[in-house]
Amino acid sequence: MDMMIPQGTATRRLRVAAFTDRQLLGRAALDALRKLNPAKLIRNPVIFVTEVVAILVTLLAVLAAVDGAPWGFQAGIGAWLWLTVVFATFAEAVAEGRGRAQAESLRRARGDARAKLLLRADDRTLWQPRGATDLKVGDLVLVEAGDLVPSDGEIVEGIASVNEAAVTGESAPVIRESGGDRSAVTGGTLVVSDWLVVRITAAPGSTFLDRMIALVEGASRQKTPNEIALDILLAGMTIIFLIAVATLVGFASWGGEPPSVTVLAALLVTLIPTTIGGLLSAIGIAGMDRLVRFNVLATSGRAVEAAGDVDVLLLDKTGTITFGNRQAAGFVPAPGVGEQELAEAAVLASLGDETPEGRSILAFAREKYGVAAPGLPAEAKVVAFTAQTRLSGLDTDGRSYRKGAVGSLAQSLGVPIPPALAEAIDRISRQGATPLAVGRDGVVLGAIELKDIVKPGMRERFAALRQMGIRTVMVTGDNRLTAAAIAAEAGVDDFLAQATPEDKLGYIRHAQAEGRLVAMAGDGTNDAPALAQADVGLAMQTGTQAAREAGNMVDLDSDPTKLIEVVEIGKQLLITRGALTTFSIANDVAKYFAILPAIFVASYPELQALNVMHLASPESAILSAVIFNALIIAGLVPLALRGVAYTPVGAAALLRRNLLIYGLGGIVAPFVGIKLIDLVLTVMGIA
Amino acid sequence: MTLIGWAQIALVLAAVVTAAIPLGRYIAAVAAGRVTFLAPLERAIFGLAGVEPARGQGWQGYTLAMLAANAAGFVVLYALLRFQGLLPFNPQGFGGLSPWLAFNTAVSFVTNTNWQAYSGEQAMSYLSQMAGLGVQNFLSAATGIALALAVSRAFAKGGVRDLGNFWADFVRVTLYVLLPLTILVGLAFVAMGMPQTLAAYAEATTLEGATQVIPLGPAALQIAIKHLGTNGGGFFGVNSAHPFEGPSALATALQIWSHQVIPFALALTFGAIVGDIRQGRALLLVMLGYVLVGTLAVYAAEAGGNPLHLALGVDPALGNMEGKEVRFGMALTALFTATTTGASCGAVNAMFDSFTPLGGLVPLFLIQLGEVLPGGTGSGLYGILVFALLAVFVAGLMVGRTPEYLGKKVQAREIKLAMLAVLVLPATILGFAAASLVLPVAVASIPAAGPHGLSEMLYAYTSAAGNNGSAFGGLTADTPWLNTTLGIAMLLGRFAYVVPVMAIAGSLAAKVKAAEGPGTFPTHGPLFAGLLAGVILILGGLQFMPALALGPLAEHFSMLAGKTF
Repeated sequence: MDMMIPQGTATRRLRVAAFTDRQLLGRAALDALRKLNPAKLIRNPVIFVTEVVAILVTLLAVLAAVDGAPWGFQAGIGAWLWLTVVFATFAEAVAEGRGRAQAESLRRARGDARAKLLLRADDRTLWQPRGATDLKVGDLVLVEAGDLVPSDGEIVEGIASVNEAAVTGESAPVIRESGGDRSAVTGGTLVVSDWLVVRITAAPGSTFLDRMIALVEGASRQKTPNEIALDILLAGMTIIFLIAVATLVGFASWGGEPPSVTVLAALLVTLIPTTIGGLLSAIGIAGMDRLVRFNVLATSGRAVEAAGDVDVLLLDKTGTITFGNRQAAGFVPAPGVGEQELAEAAVLASLGDETPEGRSILAFAREKYGVAAPGLPAEAKVVAFTAQTRLSGLDTDGRSYRKGAVGSLAQSLGVPIPPALAEAIDRISRQGATPLAVGRDGVVLGAIELKDIVKPGMRERFAALRQMGIRTVMVTGDNRLTAAAIAAEAGVDDFLAQATPEDKLGYIRHAQAEGRLVAMAGDGTNDAPALAQADVGLAMQTGTQAAREAGNMVDLDSDPTKLIEVVEIGKQLLITRGALTTFSIANDVAKYFAILPAIFVASYPELQALNVMHLASPESAILSAVIFNALIIAGLVPLALRGVAYTPVGAAALLRRNLLIYGLGGIVAPFVGIKLIDLVLTVMGIA
Repeated sequence: MTLIGWAQIALVLAAVVTAAIPLGRYIAAVAAGRVTFLAPLERAIFGLAGVEPARGQGWQGYTLAMLAANAAGFVVLYALLRFQGLLPFNPQGFGGLSPWLAFNTAVSFVTNTNWQAYSGEQAMSYLSQMAGLGVQNFLSAATGIALALAVSRAFAKGGVRDLGNFWADFVRVTLYVLLPLTILVGLAFVAMGMPQTLAAYAEATTLEGATQVIPLGPAALQIAIKHLGTNGGGFFGVNSAHPFEGPSALATALQIWSHQVIPFALALTFGAIVGDIRQGRALLLVMLGYVLVGTLAVYAAEAGGNPLHLALGVDPALGNMEGKEVRFGMALTALFTATTTGASCGAVNAMFDSFTPLGGLVPLFLIQLGEVLPGGTGSGLYGILVFALLAVFVAGLMVGRTPEYLGKKVQAREIKLAMLAVLVLPATILGFAAASLVLPVAVASIPAAGPHGLSEMLYAYTSAAGNNGSAFGGLTADTPWLNTTLGIAMLLGRFAYVVPVMAIAGSLAAKVKAAEGPGTFPTHGPLFAGLLAGVILILGGLQFMPALALGPLAEHFSMLAGKTF
C-alpha cells in the first residue's frame, strides 16, 4: 500500500493472515469449489454465464469422446473455462478467508461469559449468575475485577480499569466510569480492577463484538451502490456480447459453415468482462478488510465507498490537529533582560510545577537554550498555583521566582509591565497563544508564550488533502481569534470557532445541501447528531454508546486523525475497481485479433491477415486467448486484494496515470500475453 | 489523394465549425426563450394549441408529449401516402402506396431515418413530398433537437424536475432554427440550379429525336431541410447524385455543411446550457476527430483503387471511381460519405455498393458506433451524452470517487438506463440482419454472393436502426419482410433509445449538482475527449467486429488475394 501513514497511528494489532498463508490458501481453494454452486454464482452474472458455457463445452467434449470423435480441443477449452470460474471464486474465497481468520480470534475473545445479574438496582450484593446470551436490554449486571463484561452496556455506577484488548488489541487498561463520555463498556472486555454496575444496552447477538465478527466475516455483506452500478454495466456488456456471438451463427451461415459451439463459447467468454467480473467482490471485501486491519470498523461497505467521495473533512482541533495542551513555544524578555536569564528564571519558577504546561517550559528551555533543570533543592519552597493568586513559583536561595497570568503577576509584584513587553504580550494574545509573565524578586523579566502546538506533518497532510479536492474544516471551542491563528498555522481551509454541537450539525447540513459529502470524527454524546448526519461518521471506541451508535464507523484506536486514512482507503477501493474495469474492457481489442481470424479460417482463410500476433494455429490461437483470460484473473488477485497504489494528487493527474497504466496497458498486455502462451503451447506440442 | 482534395475537405469542415460556434449559442438562446423575432406567430400557435410555454414538464410529461406528436405525425403521413391517388398536387397521377411501403416510409420519415424503399420521382405526388415528407423532415428534426435540449437541461441545475416544455421547444426550434436556415439554404440551392416548381415533369426531345421525361418538383427547399435536419431522404431516387439534387460542387459542399452544422452546433449549445462551453467543445472535438478519421479512411480506400481493376490495366491515378460523383471527384465524395453516415443524415452522392470493401466499411461502422459522430440533429448529442456517462463511469472510478458528470453522480439507475439504450443498436442490427441472412424470404432480396451480400443486408438494418436512412444499394428493399422489419428497426432505433435516455435525464435533473473541485473528474480537456473516443469505439463498436469480419473485412482480404464471388 502506497499510502501516507504517519508513524505511530498505523498500528495493526489484529492478527493479520498473509496472502501467502498456506492454511488460508488451502481453505480458500476448498471454498472456491463450494462457490461453484450455480444457485450462488448467479449473483455474479458474468461468472455465471462463464460457468454455464463451461458446463456446455464439457458436455460437448464428453459427447465427442463417447462418439469416438476428436475431443481434445473441446476438453482443453472446457478445462480452461472451468479454471476461469474457479479463479474468480478463489479470489473471493481468499478475500473472505482473511476476514474469517480475524473473526475467529474475535470469537475466542467473546467466549461464553457469565453475568452477575443484579436483582435490585440499589443492592450490589444481591445477584444471580446468568449466561451472557440470556441478558435482556435494560438488565443491570455487576462486573467485578477479573470478570468479562458480558455484553455492551452503559455504566450506571462505579469506576474501573478495563482491558479492552479483545476489541482494540491494545492491552493497556483504560478507565471507565459512570457519567460523562467514558461510560460505555463493550462486551468481551475484561475488568482489571474495581467494579462496575452496567445497564445492558445490546440484545444478544447484536453486541458490538457480534457485529464486528459479522463484518469481518463478510456475513452481512451487501453490494454497495457502486458495485451494483458496476454489476449492471458488466451484465449489460455480457448481454451485448451474447447477442454478438449468438447472431454470429446467422452471419457465418451466409457463405460458409458456422463455427462450432466450442469456438463460439471461447469467443463469448473471452469477450465478456470476466476479469473485473471475477475480481469485483474480492476487491470490495479486501477494501473492508484493509479498514479492519487499520483498526477501523465500518458498518457497511457503503460507508467505505462514501469515504472515498468525501469533499469536506470536519476535524476537532484539540487532540486531532493539535496536541491539545498548551506548550511553551517562546520566551520574550523584557527590555534589558537576556533571553538566557529569562529562560533560567522560567525554569526555576516552573521547577515545582507538575502540570503539562510546566513540564513543557522545562523541556523548551532545555531544547532551545540548553538550560537543564536542576534538582529541587531541599531548602526550596514551592508556591502552588491557586485560583486566587493565579501564580505559582519557587522560593530558593533567598530569591523568589514567580510565573503566572500577566495581570496577576504585575499586581502581585506591584510594578507595571514595561511598555515594550506589554506590546509583545499583546501580540502573543492576538495570535491565539497564551502569555505567562515571569518575575524575580519584584522585577518582571519577560513572558513565556504558551500555545497549542500543531502536530508535526499536519500541514503537509492538509495540503495533500486539498490536492485530492478535500476541504478540511477545523472545529474548536476557542474564540475566533485563537481559532484563526491555529487554522492558519495548521493550514486548514476553514474553521468553526466557538462551535456548539448545533453549529457542527448546521455546517454539515449546509455543505450537504451544496452537494458535498462530509466526514467527521467524534466521541461525545453531543456529537451523536452530527455523526449521524455526516456521510462518514467515525466514532471513537472510547466514546459514548450514543456516539458509537450514531457513526457508521468506529475507530478502535480512538484516533480521530485516522479519518484521513479512512478517506484514502475509500478512494483506493474505488480506484482499484475502476482500474480493473478499464483493464478488463480494454483487453477485448487483442482478443478479437486472436480469435476472429481463427474462427473463420475455414470460410475465409484470407482473414489470416488479421492474425497480427502470428499465432501458430487456429486452435492454439483460441486456446491461448482462453488461457490468457483465465490466468489474468489469477494474476490480478494480489492487486485486487492489495488495492491499486494511491497517491494524493489531483484528479486529472490521477486519471492520466491510471488511464495510461490500465487503459493503454489493458490494450497492450493481452497481445503480449496471448503470444507468449501461444509460444508455450507450440513448444509443448499442444498446438 | 490530392492536395486540392484535402483542401476541399479542410475548407468545408472549417466552414462547419466556424458556423457551429455562433449557431450553438443561438440555439441555446432559442431554448431559453430569448429569441422572439416571431413572437406574434409563436403566441398565435401556442394560443391555438393551448400550450403554456413557461410550464415545465418532467421527463415523463416531456416524453409523452413527444411520443404523441410523433404518433400523430405517423398517422397523418401514413394516410397521405395511402390515399395520395385521391388527393391534389399529383400531376403525374401516382397511385397510393402499398400498406407495407406506406408503413415503412411513414416510420422512416417520422423517425428521422428517411430510408427510401421507393424512388421519389416514380412514386410520390407533390403533395406527399411537401405536406407529407417535407413536413416530417421539419418535425422529426425539431423532435430530435427538442429532446437534446431537454437532456442538456438535466445537467444544468440540481434538484429540478422540470426539463422544459416539449411543445414550446418543438415550435421554437422549428420557427427560429429550422425554418430560417431552410429558407436561406434553399434559396442558395435555387440559385445554384435546383428546381423549385409545382409544374408537371418536363418533356424534352433529345438530339436523337427521342422523347425524354425530366422529373421536376418543389425540390430545393426540401433538399435544404433534408440536410439541415439530417433527414437524408432524397427528392429524387438517386439522392444527391441526381444532377438536380447535386447541381454543382458548391451545392454538394453546401449540402455537407448543412447536414453537419446543427449537430456540431448542438454540442456547443449543450456547453452553453450547462454553463461551461468547454464541456461542449470536448464533445465537438470527439465528433470532429471521428469525421476526419472516417473521411481519411474512405478517401484512402477509394483513391487506392481496386487491385483487381488495376491488374486489368486501369489507370491507378483514377482510384476506384465506380459509383462516385464523377464531376466533383473523390474528396467531396469521401467527405460526403463520412459526414452523411456519421451524422445520421443518409443522403448520398455516391453508391456505397460500388465502394472498395474498406471504403464501404467506414460508413457502415460510423453508423454502428451509435450515430453520435456528430449524429442526427439532437439525437447525436443525446447519444454522445450516453457514451459520456459510460466513459465517466468506467474510468471515473479511477480518480477515487463515485463518478460524476458535470456534478451529477452517475449511479446504478443511470447505468441501467444507459445500458438499455446502448443495447438497442446491437440487438436490432445484429438480430434482424442475422435472421435475414438465414430466412429464405429475406435472402431472396440479396443479389450479391459472398461477403458483399452480407454487407448489403447488414448495412440495411444498420442504417434503419441507426436512423440513418442511407442504403448500401443492391438490396431489393421493397418487400413486405424488409419493409416491415426495417420499419420496426427504425422505431426501435429512435424510440426504444430515447425513452431510457429521457429517463436518465429525469433522474439526473433531480440530483444535486456537486460543485467542481480539484478532486473532480475533468471532462473538458483532450484527455477526456480521448477517453470518450475510446469508449465509443469499445462499447459502441467492438460488438460489431465479428459481423464486420465476415462482411467488408472478408471481402477486402479476399480481394487482396484475388478472389471474387
